[in-house]
Amino acid sequence: MSILIYTESENGKLKKAAFEVASYAAAIAAQNGLSVTAVSFNTDDTDTLGTYGVSKVLNVKNENLSEFNATLYADTILQAAEKETATLVVLGSSANDKFLAPMVAVKLNAGYAPNVVSLPESTNPLKVKRTTFTNKAFALTQVDTEKAVIGLAKNSFGLKEEQTTCTTEDFAPTIVESSSKVLSTDKATGKVTIADAEIVVSGGRGLKGPENWGMIEELADVLGAATACSKPVSDLGWRPHGEHVGQTGKPVASNLYIAIGISGAIQHLAGVNASKVKVVINNDPEAPFFKAADYGVVGDAFEVVPQLIEKLKEYKANNT
Amino acid sequence: MKILVCISHVPDTTSKINFANNDTEFDKNGVQFVINPNDEFGLTRAMWFKEKQGASITVVNVGTADTEPTLRKALAIGADEAIRINATPTDGFFVAKQLAKVVADGQYDLVIAGRESIDYNGGMVPGMLATLTGANFVNMCIGLEVEGTTAKATREIDGGKEEIETTLPLVIGAQKGLVEEKDLRIPNMRGIMMARKKQLAVLEPEAVEAQTQITSFEKPAAKGDVKLVSPDNLDELISLLHNEAKVI
Repeated sequence: MSILIYTESENGKLKKAAFEVASYAAAIAAQNGLSVTAVSFNTDDTDTLGTYGVSKVLNVKNENLSEFNATLYADTILQAAEKETATLVVLGSSANDKFLAPMVAVKLNAGYAPNVVSLPESTNPLKVKRTTFTNKAFALTQVDTEKAVIGLAKNSFGLKEEQTTCTTEDFAPTIVESSSKVLSTDKATGKVTIADAEIVVSGGRGLKGPENWGMIEELADVLGAATACSKPVSDLGWRPHGEHVGQTGKPVASNLYIAIGISGAIQHLAGVNASKVKVVINNDPEAPFFKAADYGVVGDAFEVVPQLIEKLKEYKANNT
Repeated sequence: MKILVCISHVPDTTSKINFANNDTEFDKNGVQFVINPNDEFGLTRAMWFKEKQGASITVVNVGTADTEPTLRKALAIGADEAIRINATPTDGFFVAKQLAKVVADGQYDLVIAGRESIDYNGGMVPGMLATLTGANFVNMCIGLEVEGTTAKATREIDGGKEEIETTLPLVIGAQKGLVEEKDLRIPNMRGIMMARKKQLAVLEPEAVEAQTQITSFEKPAAKGDVKLVSPDNLDELISLLHNEAKVI
């Protein structure tokens, strides 16, 4: 018996989140005398999963599955789970993971616990801690079905190496006709996404206008960070919706979140709560964000940010 | 086109989150409830289909009688009729099963549910409902056009978007972007008066067992005070981020 994980790849290469899912499943497997099998689509570097405790990879090499198709992907994960007699399936929390998990849960007749942040507190019955109320609280959730699906919250467990002998098998699931197809994909290339980013630099209305985002992007560049924004900024059309962070936007679970000119409305703070370290730069010392942040600079963003960029460049030059 | 919009009744986004009964349930004391924002984006898009393409809109909620003002608000915004499944929504699977029955009985072409409710953030009802009813599914939907039985949907992906062609019956997980914030409608007096006369059917639930249960809640540990760094001493900030926080 094994734990099945879905490991997402892009252009044939596994995403970092896949290694976190692997690390998490390997830790559960070790506690329960199980092994970890991964199912992946058109992935070239499956061997690297051995570093994170995966002993078998079912790699689906199928041109028809080169583009994401939720129904076909979910069917494939189901077939892999049946083949491995898996009673636990673990996915991450990317856009695709969140698309697939509830579908897989229904097909597998398994209870689904999303946004899970730590190892199970017990496995029989399965009890896991997950975030709720947009990170304003945790809920201890018990799964009462024989099988379970866990959605692991991003950046909640980290990568843990566990060198394991890993074999890769070609896996050919039965594929049905699908009435959905991808017409086009529009994705910025060479830009760090909020979902994958370890550092996020975010701007608010304090920046006064979209023309002032140059320094936000430059700061993000220096740090290898993704850019984000507050709700008013996206509502005003200064920045695309995809960058809106908060309760009705995206959650951010990065290692470092830098908020510039963002006052820190409760809905925004909820969305960034899962980030490990928060820095706020704001000229208003009364801004609520200072109560939620780890480090703060009270000052004019238009003076502080350019200086910070210069100093970080210096720091990077001396530390690489 | 028959549209079903699934409505969650959730605490307003500014609510303080507290728990009662030994931290086993959400404390509703003094909390304002609203239409789940993701559902409201969906309802607003449904209104577009109603006005431009003559669609009919039914709104549905799985909840006890105290959710009815939220359904009435959806009627005041412009939905034609409402259904309340008279049950406490114990988990996402339970809710999806109840909705699947409504979908099967009503033969809806398009089902719109918010990507997630802002209270429990499960994000599971739309995907479960689509799978239970055998409908196509597009999650995190930020654009939707329907012509005949063909739908073109845009979904948000990590770092971009993707356009999908699919067919009805279809379930979408709605979110901001499907309509803009400024397009949201505040019910006017006429809408509110008309909503009183619209049908709100109360149906008893199917016998379904929940698959999961929340045994307790807890709040995150209190945070320490912010460390302030002078704007004239940004080297210190870099040093703190490197040596203390270890994030750069």
